[in-house]
Amino acid sequence: MRKIGWEKIKETVKILCQQSNFCLRDDVLRALRAAQEKEISPAGREVLAQLVENAAVASEEKIPLCQDTGLVTVFIELGQDVCIEGGFLYDAVQEGVREGYLEGYLRKSVVADPIRRTNTGDNTPAIIYTRLVPGDRLRITVMPKGGGSENMSALKMLKPADGLEGMISFVLETVEKAGPNPCPPIVVGVGVGGDFALAAHLAKKALLRPVGTKNPDPFWAGVEEDLLAKINSLGIGPAGFGGRITALAVHIETHPTHIACLPVAVNISCHATRSAEAIL
Amino acid sequence: MKKIKAPFTEAEALNLAAGDRVLLSGVIYTARDAAHKILVEMLARGEELPFPLKDQVIYYVGPTPAPPGRAVGAAGPTTSGRMDKYTPALLAAGMRAMIGKGSRSEEVVEAIKKYRGVYFAAVGGAAALLSRQIKKMELVAFPELGPEAVYRMTVEDFPLFVINDCYGRDFYREGVKKYKCLSPFAKQL
Repeated sequence: MRKIGWEKIKETVKILCQQSNFCLRDDVLRALRAAQEKEISPAGREVLAQLVENAAVASEEKIPLCQDTGLVTVFIELGQDVCIEGGFLYDAVQEGVREGYLEGYLRKSVVADPIRRTNTGDNTPAIIYTRLVPGDRLRITVMPKGGGSENMSALKMLKPADGLEGMISFVLETVEKAGPNPCPPIVVGVGVGGDFALAAHLAKKALLRPVGTKNPDPFWAGVEEDLLAKINSLGIGPAGFGGRITALAVHIETHPTHIACLPVAVNISCHATRSAEAIL
Repeated sequence: MKKIKAPFTEAEALNLAAGDRVLLSGVIYTARDAAHKILVEMLARGEELPFPLKDQVIYYVGPTPAPPGRAVGAAGPTTSGRMDKYTPALLAAGMRAMIGKGSRSEEVVEAIKKYRGVYFAAVGGAAALLSRQIKKMELVAFPELGPEAVYRMTVEDFPLFVINDCYGRDFYREGVKKYKCLSPFAKQL
């Protein structure tokens, strides 16, 4: 058994919360720069220039990229040979989020009850997903996500007969309906298969994949490419001011499903697609 | 690029057209979902609002806390559509303009025409950059709402795009129309 201390986990989560909010992911920044070359709309080009400069200002001055520093989702991969010492793993994660947001001057964007809506004051609780894996390491991925793009996400239980065409239509409809609201250029996470809950989970996880990488299955890599071209023909453009770059990437994750089912989930993320990861 | 001062009058609104790029300087007020709900309830009860609404610009923003030595933290626009339910009442009560991001409802677009208002967008997610143009921020009302409290902001050359003008034009719709080019493979939408 390899031992990992509670305090170490808390500190790591705290740093990841701040890092992800101040420093735009390299892959996303690269994609924004590449978009500057391709965008033909003058307003769109100006927006992209502002976004690239915004990333520089945020990391230099340690100011969040976006004022919506998000609800935090934490993905944990826990090696089965790891022993957590000094307390409960989830308490360390929540305490790390709490300290990260308070000490980093990040916005507290969580309400305790979805209807009664009192702010919890420290941006907890984070949503935690844990996967048990072989080995003796602990991988922690922190993903803060804003409400604007989350609100534009959607899930539909298609019929198997709807097939690939139905899936593509649903993704396009969702992106077109979202229009300027989710802060394009967006990253589109798509979960296909599994059940109702897993499709949504896969769509979210798809946003963690570096922009510029493809689904390892050539069939799905082709669908990703096709969908990206279709989305970028919708005309929405950067900030929704009209243009060719509506999305930076489409990432599809799939899972076996029931003979009667074809769940499709679309999780939209803004141009400030944020995450940070550490392996202990 | 047009330079305008906030607050501003109907005459100024008549000069603005969808697609115009504007640098706004002066005093504006912040309000999001929770503050809108309270303001509209106060108006319905005939109460006096915590700040004068006539000709004012409301910015849909919930900034991050200001780190020591700064006027404000990150402060970019939030999605305006969530305020649509409350906006016609505020325009009727004298509000001149709004700053946010994302499309507005038909009711809001009509109210903008009727009361000669303007809907501006700032670039969503350019919050660190935009915060540089905010020189001062003071609490005005509802501190219990945390990031949703109402603040008075002094801005200088705050960069905006006119989305909905008082003539009924919509820059988002016009932009999409101009650049939409469905590939032969795309299904009719």
